[in-house]
Amino acid sequence: MPESTVRIGLILPDVMGTYGDGGNALVLRQRLRMRGYDAEIVPIGLEDPVPDSMDLYTLGGAEDSAQRLATRHLLRYPGLQRAAERGAPVLAICAAIQVLGHWYETSAGERVDGVGLLDVTTTPQKTRAIGEIVISPAVEGLTQPLTGFENHRGGTTLGSSARGLGRVTRGVGNGVGDGLEGAVQGSVFGTYLHGPVLARNPELADLLLARALGVDALAPLDLPEVEQLRRERLRTN
Amino acid sequence: MIGGLIALKIDPTLMKQLGHGRRTVLVTGTNGKSTTTRMTAAALATLDDVATQPDGANMDAGIVSTLASNLTAPLAAIEVDELHTPHVADALDPQAIVLLNLSRDQLDRVGEINMIERKLRAGLQRHPDAVIVANCDDVLVTSAAYDNPNVVWVAAGAGWANDSVSCPRSGEPIVRDGDHWYSSGSDFARPQPHWWVDDENLYGPDGLVLPMKLTLPGRANRGNAAQAVAAAVALGADPAEAVAAASIVEEVAGRYSTVQVGPHSVRMLLAKNPAGWQEALSMIDPTVDGLVIAVNGQVPDGEDLSWLWDVRFEHFDGVQVVASGERGTDLGVRLTYAGVEHTLVPDPLRAIASCPPGRVEVLANYTAFRDLNTALAKGSAHA
Repeated sequence: MPESTVRIGLILPDVMGTYGDGGNALVLRQRLRMRGYDAEIVPIGLEDPVPDSMDLYTLGGAEDSAQRLATRHLLRYPGLQRAAERGAPVLAICAAIQVLGHWYETSAGERVDGVGLLDVTTTPQKTRAIGEIVISPAVEGLTQPLTGFENHRGGTTLGSSARGLGRVTRGVGNGVGDGLEGAVQGSVFGTYLHGPVLARNPELADLLLARALGVDALAPLDLPEVEQLRRERLRTN
Repeated sequence: MIGGLIALKIDPTLMKQLGHGRRTVLVTGTNGKSTTTRMTAAALATLDDVATQPDGANMDAGIVSTLASNLTAPLAAIEVDELHTPHVADALDPQAIVLLNLSRDQLDRVGEINMIERKLRAGLQRHPDAVIVANCDDVLVTSAAYDNPNVVWVAAGAGWANDSVSCPRSGEPIVRDGDHWYSSGSDFARPQPHWWVDDENLYGPDGLVLPMKLTLPGRANRGNAAQAVAAAVALGADPAEAVAAASIVEEVAGRYSTVQVGPHSVRMLLAKNPAGWQEALSMIDPTVDGLVIAVNGQVPDGEDLSWLWDVRFEHFDGVQVVASGERGTDLGVRLTYAGVEHTLVPDPLRAIASCPPGRVEVLANYTAFRDLNTALAKGSAHA
């Protein structure tokens, strides 16, 4: 057990907090506390430089103009990049995949340079992907299907350094025809899944926590409502 | 309403004819339309007879049938859907337009809110003579009204700032400093309000201070009342009489109403979107015996319930909390991680029945509220 408090950096909740993804940080904190760890969420807003000292990081979805503000901020204060380099887990949801990629194209057709933590590029698709999504994970340490709600127009193409988080069994995912969803590279996990994703998928939450704590695995928590939610959401409807 | 629809098919200029010669107030915004319209109608009734919707039907057909059912009223207080406001304003040529607030209706409709602001802004500019009664605590509403020559600014409160972190005019961040806000990318900033409220009073132009005690609960409704009174005063109402009239509004289309169900006295609160949820949660009486929170995820509710995680759930010490509705499990997980003790009873009627006898508050989203109202009506018909 670490001697100090585990700190979860919630990156730019003021501009990338529109889809409830701040819930991911809450789930991480609570799952640590339920196991007896001290844990806190450190919100890092547009007026704060991004620290490289957090134990793990989460980023949420955003709209075009907010996404642009976030990209500019992360490039100006590259603390997240330094933290990822030393292996701190980073969870990036939806627009945050695009922000962390090499570049993304806005719905107005403009190309915006990204942070470059993920070997991906994103361009708008013809139609918006909206609805429940299920993916079969393709990452070591994940055995259970992942459930979420996707809502994006961006289609994300993976380069050779990034892998998908999983294969789509229901829904659209990255939307470029390869059947993949999300992007994983080093300690950075990107996914289009809202819900929030960690509320619905405790296995992914614990994988990120185990990496942040430097342990092989964490004993599962017994939360029957979470299991019930998974059953309900994974059921075809 | 069907009548209104048929009438419009027969004569598309009907709305214009029905509005002709009336002095009309339009009320629009994401939250509080029905309540504010009810308060505006009450305040205007201190002047003369008022035509107004009985039921919150706020698109063309509902508006036409409302006006057609009261041909002689010289005044009208009309609730309008945000996207219908420009063409309804063109048809009715209102003397005042009340703009309450703009936020996301549903998560899967994100992005539309900036488009709605731009359409409203363009629509309002065709009505330079109308008095725009606009909430200057809401960045998007302020942007919609900003270029009009004749604006009465009301500090009606900002329950939900998440949808306006970037300036609708420049894309740069909005900087907030206490009540004040300004854009860091242009000279767009919060105007000085002409009207504002606190927990006791309504404050108006020229040092006006009026005690205001509303029957309806919550800070959001004090803001709604302030805008309703400001609109009625713009049409010539006496401020004190307008406040008195708005204060006695007690029920709006079943909302806030209290019904007896067996040993439970049940008060119903409706919340349709994240902003509405945060407002409604602030209205919960902490001394009640039970709190039922019912969440559905049907199309009219929005199928993505991630927003539950954007809402701050208080710790309801001493209150039995019951998670309910078709998506009660989603809510249950949210409450678990918020550390709120609760039970999970999917059927709202059973959820109410599971509470200790006494007063129960029910907070529900759209279809959960609608279905529970129907079930309660059926139950009382059988009793």
